[in-house]
Amino acid sequence: MSDTPIHNSHEDFALEQRLGSLLRAGVLLSAIVTLVGGVMYIAVHGGDVTHYHVFSGERAELRTVGGVVEGVLRGDSAATIQLGVLLLIATPVARVFLSVLGFMKERDWLYVGCSLIVLAILVYSLSHGG
Amino acid sequence: MHVLTFTLLTLAGALLAGLVGALTGLGGGVILVPLLTLGFGVDIRYAIGASLVCVIATSSGAAAAFVKEGFTNIRIGMFLEIATTVGALLGTVVAAYVSSSTLAVIFGIVLLFSSAQSLRPRVEHITSTEPGSLGDRLRLGSTYPSGGVLVSYGVERVPAGFAMMFGAGMLSALLGIGSGVVKVLALDRAMHLPYKVSTTTSNFMIGVTAAASAGVYLHRGYIDPALALPVVLGVLSGAMLGARMLAAVRVKPLRILFTLIMVALAFEMLYQGLTKHI
Repeated sequence: MSDTPIHNSHEDFALEQRLGSLLRAGVLLSAIVTLVGGVMYIAVHGGDVTHYHVFSGERAELRTVGGVVEGVLRGDSAATIQLGVLLLIATPVARVFLSVLGFMKERDWLYVGCSLIVLAILVYSLSHGG
Repeated sequence: MHVLTFTLLTLAGALLAGLVGALTGLGGGVILVPLLTLGFGVDIRYAIGASLVCVIATSSGAAAAFVKEGFTNIRIGMFLEIATTVGALLGTVVAAYVSSSTLAVIFGIVLLFSSAQSLRPRVEHITSTEPGSLGDRLRLGSTYPSGGVLVSYGVERVPAGFAMMFGAGMLSALLGIGSGVVKVLALDRAMHLPYKVSTTTSNFMIGVTAAASAGVYLHRGYIDPALALPVVLGVLSGAMLGARMLAAVRVKPLRILFTLIMVALAFEMLYQGLTKHI
């Protein structure tokens, strides 16, 4: 066993508790938004014919955070579902962000650094994407 | 097929996938993509996009419970997420150059590998960190509750675990799965963490890994809202139902049955991929 102190201190535990609640709230909120958008979508498009066997890609508006928000404000049902999806994708991002703050509070700079690297990768992926 | 019929059928399928995934601990993503491509004729890129979103949903949903119990090691998780997210970004680059048929073949191989792993017996490890090793310098050791007391554990072979996590991230992005099997392999077999810590930390990491590639795929138009709707709601309700039923169900026969289904799906994916039907 090494001499370094074992973690899972009170502060670590408090951080974990908060992360747990955050994840649950995020998932619940996302499910509600998806459901609302879904009911709207089925009401209008329920009788349309599906086309998933051919890949054509989503319309440009549904591919960016800004576009989705604009669509939701217009009352577009597909954009509302997509907002639910975005909220879901945001839960792990928020989790990493909260970890940065938690490790800062513990003055654990090594793990502040690790969390920041992961956060940067996630933000890059969401903002640029390939 | 009409949107309403398609939505209801996919909802039922996703519910079943989420239920079985939660009951067996094998994850729903690994059968969701075959279900959508083989069962409903969905293009594999749409299937991968929808599956990634579900992977995030189940990871965040389950992590909420696990984190509170104190099994998850967030330091190990955060450190290794550097490897999984970089791997995932690279996976999205590779995915742009790989044909659907090739993806189907890789998927088949991963399914076969996962089913083989699921039948291997579990070995419980408790190790101590060697002083001066990478695991020691990174302070990765911790404690977890076992039998009413806090047991301390260490880590071994951190570089090997890191490398495997890079591969897990890449597979996750390429195939739209959580890669839980490879992650547990890295934590449990390579780094010798206690089994419960391995599975919960792996689950915690899965969401972050999937978010890295989901962002890229959103921009590429792989994530279809009308497909995400039944898939996300189905898998979430299935997973919640599964968590409730867990105490009342005999998991072992179910796990064997699920493994057999995975083997069958593996061969079908391989066949469809090799004959260029996907």
